[in-house]
Amino acid sequence: MFESLSQRLQNTFDRLGGGRVVTEQDVKDAMRDVRMALLEADVALPIVKDFVGRVRDRAIGAEVHKTLRPHEQVVKIIHEEMRDTLGEAGRLNFSGSTKPHVIMMVGLQGSGKTTSAAKLAMYLRKEGRQPFLVAADTYRPAAVDQLVTLAKQVNIPYYEEGVSAKPTDIAKRGLEAAKNADASVVIIDTAGRLQIDDQLMTELEEIKRRTNPAEILLVADAMTGQEAVNIATGFNERVGITGLVLTKVDGDARGGAALSMRAVTGVPIKFMGTGEKISLETFEQFHPERIADRILGM
Amino acid sequence: LGNTEIDEDTWDDLEASFIQADLGLETTETVLDYLKETTAREGITRTNQLDKVLKESLYALLDPPPPLNITGRDLSIILIVGVNGSGKTTSIAKLANRFKKEGRNVMLAAGDTFRAAAIEQLQTWGERAGVPVIANKPGSDPGAVVYDAIQAAQARNADLLIIDTAGRLHNNYNLMRELEKIRNVISKAVPDAPHEVLLVLDGTTGQNALKQGQKFAEATNVTGLIITKLDGTARGGMIFSVFTEVGAPVQFIGLGEGIDDLVRFDVKQFVDGLFEF
Ligand SMILES: Nc1nc2c(ncn2[C@@H]2O[C@H](COP(=O)(O)OP(=O)(O)OP(=O)(O)O)[C@@H](O)[C@H]2O)c(=O)[nH]1
Ligand SMILES: Nc1nc2c(ncn2[C@@H]2O[C@H](COP(=O)(O)OP(=O)(O)OP(=O)(O)O)[C@@H](O)[C@H]2O)c(=O)[nH]1
Ligand SMILES: [K+]
Ligand SMILES: [Mg+2]
Ligand SMILES: [Mg+2]
Repeated sequence: MFESLSQRLQNTFDRLGGGRVVTEQDVKDAMRDVRMALLEADVALPIVKDFVGRVRDRAIGAEVHKTLRPHEQVVKIIHEEMRDTLGEAGRLNFSGSTKPHVIMMVGLQGSGKTTSAAKLAMYLRKEGRQPFLVAADTYRPAAVDQLVTLAKQVNIPYYEEGVSAKPTDIAKRGLEAAKNADASVVIIDTAGRLQIDDQLMTELEEIKRRTNPAEILLVADAMTGQEAVNIATGFNERVGITGLVLTKVDGDARGGAALSMRAVTGVPIKFMGTGEKISLETFEQFHPERIADRILGM
Repeated sequence: LGNTEIDEDTWDDLEASFIQADLGLETTETVLDYLKETTAREGITRTNQLDKVLKESLYALLDPPPPLNITGRDLSIILIVGVNGSGKTTSIAKLANRFKKEGRNVMLAAGDTFRAAAIEQLQTWGERAGVPVIANKPGSDPGAVVYDAIQAAQARNADLLIIDTAGRLHNNYNLMRELEKIRNVISKAVPDAPHEVLLVLDGTTGQNALKQGQKFAEATNVTGLIITKLDGTARGGMIFSVFTEVGAPVQFIGLGEGIDDLVRFDVKQFVDGLFEF
């Protein structure tokens, strides 16, 4: 059913005949193909419009490279633009704030925060740091059990106090416990929430105020649709996210949400989750090329 | 055309709202073509007339939920399936609560033996809903738990068993085969079971929902859909293509994390909600 974008573009240019210079009409037809491909990949509409606009500007009048056919030229421009928009894999930023550094995991319900928290702890340990997990989700049934089970499974120290205290207090006391345990990085697992849930977003602000995180990572599902823009904007406006984690990349979603979220927040994508297992193999540095190819269906 | 309120911008705006509600390009184009045709044929010139035609054309694309096939026998079995984190376990709690209130003798099976604390999660919900949960150890064979649960349900005269399964991505071959095996265990124990196989879709999902629908239907013969997390600003428009493709009606909508936050799907309400920005 799905025709790859480069195939589509080739057909378009073949139909147009195609000279040495990419003309405005060529570009117009090609941009329709690009728009369709991006929308099929779940890139959010406003982001598609911007993206197509930038590609169009670069493509009009572009001298066709000697060795490239016109559709290949446009594909090249799209690739470059996609790479620029997705950006490099972001690194964690531990400069500045005092130790231990705090990382807050935030996001919608079921996006993969708890799983990613445990994977991130493993990753940090491999980097030679001393990670520590804090179970600050008191809402979802057995969320504390889940984090504790994972922490034990991969042998990372943790703090929990059940579900009767307030998440803001647990976060603060967890930070103290981490200091006492000589941890260098504290990962706080928070409950899933909708970005429009004012009360729960206020709670996140409060956790942030009390723990002064070096990183606030928005954990997002690669299957997310057009809603990606609202999610990323909502979390960013309330708590100021510093990075994105894209989960469930082992699925076959085209992953346009990555482009949308990156574009509206300007915040780098730092990691990708590629499996349910808690392991170093299922938690990877973000690969812009791989995601670009997926979004473009190439 | 002369005195019409409907111009290129009208169509562009409509297209934008369809796409942003996750209807997908194909459904969007089909509906727009139909609307343009109807507008021309019936000489529609007012946007409020167009609005009416639009809504009616969308109502027609979905079916109201038929009654669940869970009565008229000693033990009815519902199997719940879906990708990771879509809301399966929570939806089971909500269903259990609902059917218990309707006077059913409900039991739950903790068929997710894989995810950390998935069993405890279902047990906590079971306590809240006041329904027993049959579980085994983490890591144990899900087929065996399901078999045990069916035996227990029969022994204790439960009339409704709802089976939780681990989240799995539909492109994971081995996990989809495991699901087929679970289904076979159920059919062996109770010949016409499972009586309902409900696929739980996250309402925030985009076009990937279609593939989820196709693959889960192939593996388990899905009979109905539950769309969760529609209490946010996501619209869930991908269900048009899922319904068309899978043919299974949307039965319920999840509207929150609480045990009462599950409502029967209402076509009109859903469609009207698609365009309230
Ligand atoms: N296949 C796959 N599954 C994942 C990945 N990351 C998380 N999951 C699964 O997604 C589901 C939800 O993950 P959680 O870590 O519980 O998500 P969460 O964001 O903490 O959920 P809440 O706390 O309820 O908001 C679980 O079944 C995880 O195993 C991933 O990268 N790939
Ligand atoms: N806002 C909202 N959250 C929901 C809804 N349904 C489920 N959730 C939340 O989504 C998250 C995941 O729900 P689960 O029921 O654990 O999902 P699951 O499909 O069983 O997850 P796995 O077993 O890990 O695959 C939890 O935080 C739930 O509270 C809903 O309708 N609205
Ligand atoms: K999700
Ligand atoms: Mg969690
Ligand atoms: Mg579950």
